[in-house]
Amino acid sequence: MAGEPAQMKDEGFSITVNGKPVRVAEGTHVAAAVMMANEPSRYSVGGEARAPFCGMGICMECRATVDGVPQMRTCQLVCSPGMEVVAG
Amino acid sequence: MTASFDVVVVGAGPGGMAAATIAAETGKRVCLLDDNAGPGGQVWRGFRTETAGKSAHGSVFLDWTGRLQRTDCEVWTGWQAIDRPAAGVLRLERNGEGRDIGFGRLILATGARERFLPFPGWTLPGVMGAGGLQAMVKAGLDPRDKRVVVAGSGPLLLAVASSLTDAGTKIVGVYEQARFAQLACFGLTLLAQPGKLAEGARYRLKTLRAAYRLNSWVVRAEGQGRVECVTLTDGRKEWTHACDWLACGFHLVPNLELPRLLGCRVAGGYVAVDGCQQSSAPGVACVGELTGIGGLDKALVEGQIAGWAAAGRESEARTLGAQRQRLQRFAQRMDRTFAPREELRMLASAETHICRCEDVTHAELKGRGSWREAKLHTRCGMGACQGRVCGTAAEFLFGWEISGSRPPVFAARVSTVAASAETADPVRG
Repeated sequence: MAGEPAQMKDEGFSITVNGKPVRVAEGTHVAAAVMMANEPSRYSVGGEARAPFCGMGICMECRATVDGVPQMRTCQLVCSPGMEVVAG
Repeated sequence: MTASFDVVVVGAGPGGMAAATIAAETGKRVCLLDDNAGPGGQVWRGFRTETAGKSAHGSVFLDWTGRLQRTDCEVWTGWQAIDRPAAGVLRLERNGEGRDIGFGRLILATGARERFLPFPGWTLPGVMGAGGLQAMVKAGLDPRDKRVVVAGSGPLLLAVASSLTDAGTKIVGVYEQARFAQLACFGLTLLAQPGKLAEGARYRLKTLRAAYRLNSWVVRAEGQGRVECVTLTDGRKEWTHACDWLACGFHLVPNLELPRLLGCRVAGGYVAVDGCQQSSAPGVACVGELTGIGGLDKALVEGQIAGWAAAGRESEARTLGAQRQRLQRFAQRMDRTFAPREELRMLASAETHICRCEDVTHAELKGRGSWREAKLHTRCGMGACQGRVCGTAAEFLFGWEISGSRPPVFAARVSTVAASAETADPVRG
């Protein structure tokens, strides 16, 4: 199970999560960036803050609005420079 | 219809890769699909050909990746199978774009997910699946110097603790709910599985600096806005650890939504298959975790069997029969060893949300007669995850039978779902 984490290189780029800038390495998934920003990915129907949970695309807790597109599963999505992620 | 193949394989983990490789090597036109950004599944998530040699079973990954690349098999990544709009056709979606694909034979290798069981605080940010946290680290999450409690059940816990240690986290403790007696039996049966024994021992040794305790489980997680501490018990006393993350999953359950949609008979929690991995649905084979949680070795053997069978080469498929049987017995023993204990049914309080998508509490579900009744009255299981988390939990908590599967098996755009089924004749194998 010991896979190689995405390499943390000095290069890389920034995205924003709920307006907060986060620096990520190339290849980082959006949900990982959301966790590093210590921000929620969505608010539940009862208003609770939620964050990535299953990490593999089945629980839907990591759904956020990415560059204006709502309901994106951020654990399956790779970051690109300047991406704007907003909790759904 | 954009394309049609002799064999379509859904799921590009080890089982799907082996199935696609074998079928393509025999000359069949094969397409291997996965909803992830690349092949490898969960076990080989984040593996790269340049660096895999350093990882446990990295050479197996390199062997199969190389073999697959030498075939003409098409690999479509990022595509989610959502429906079968007509016989011999699967409907897919990627980033809101729909597409139909025709198949002669279908091999399903959709793998497994963690079983999540609710406890107070399990919806707090920072509480994750054990495999879930590991997947996020492989996806670029920087875990250095974070304090992690690993809990739940199954061999995955040690694997996760080991890889998180390598990545620089401080593992506070690893807590396995199974009893010593169960694990001792499992240890004995492992002697017949030298590869697995070595793998287990390696994980164990690496994580030895942290406590590895059997017979203990999470009672609750607490914190302001995110998890700050976790309370555990061994049934007699309770203790609390401060932590940054709780990684908690209770062994694995198969992803049965697509097999069920296609009419595959499910028995005892897994797809029922014959010696050539064929399900009760004509032309549909199932391999790997779908037929029993057995991990990498079982997936590879069953994938090869299904690949041979899809090429009409049953005699080659049967040469792997003895190996398959041994690995299936191993899977059954794992299920017994890591079955969730009774006490875990009592963890959720009346206010604990069982359905995370629709915020349905334990109190709202208690006393309902069936899963169907619960869905109709509370919307439990009717949110975005379509019951993948709460259905599995409810099955254990309330003893409800969770059956049936309706399209789309994954949330999809209305335009994709509503498109008419195109009727080109798929190529027959």
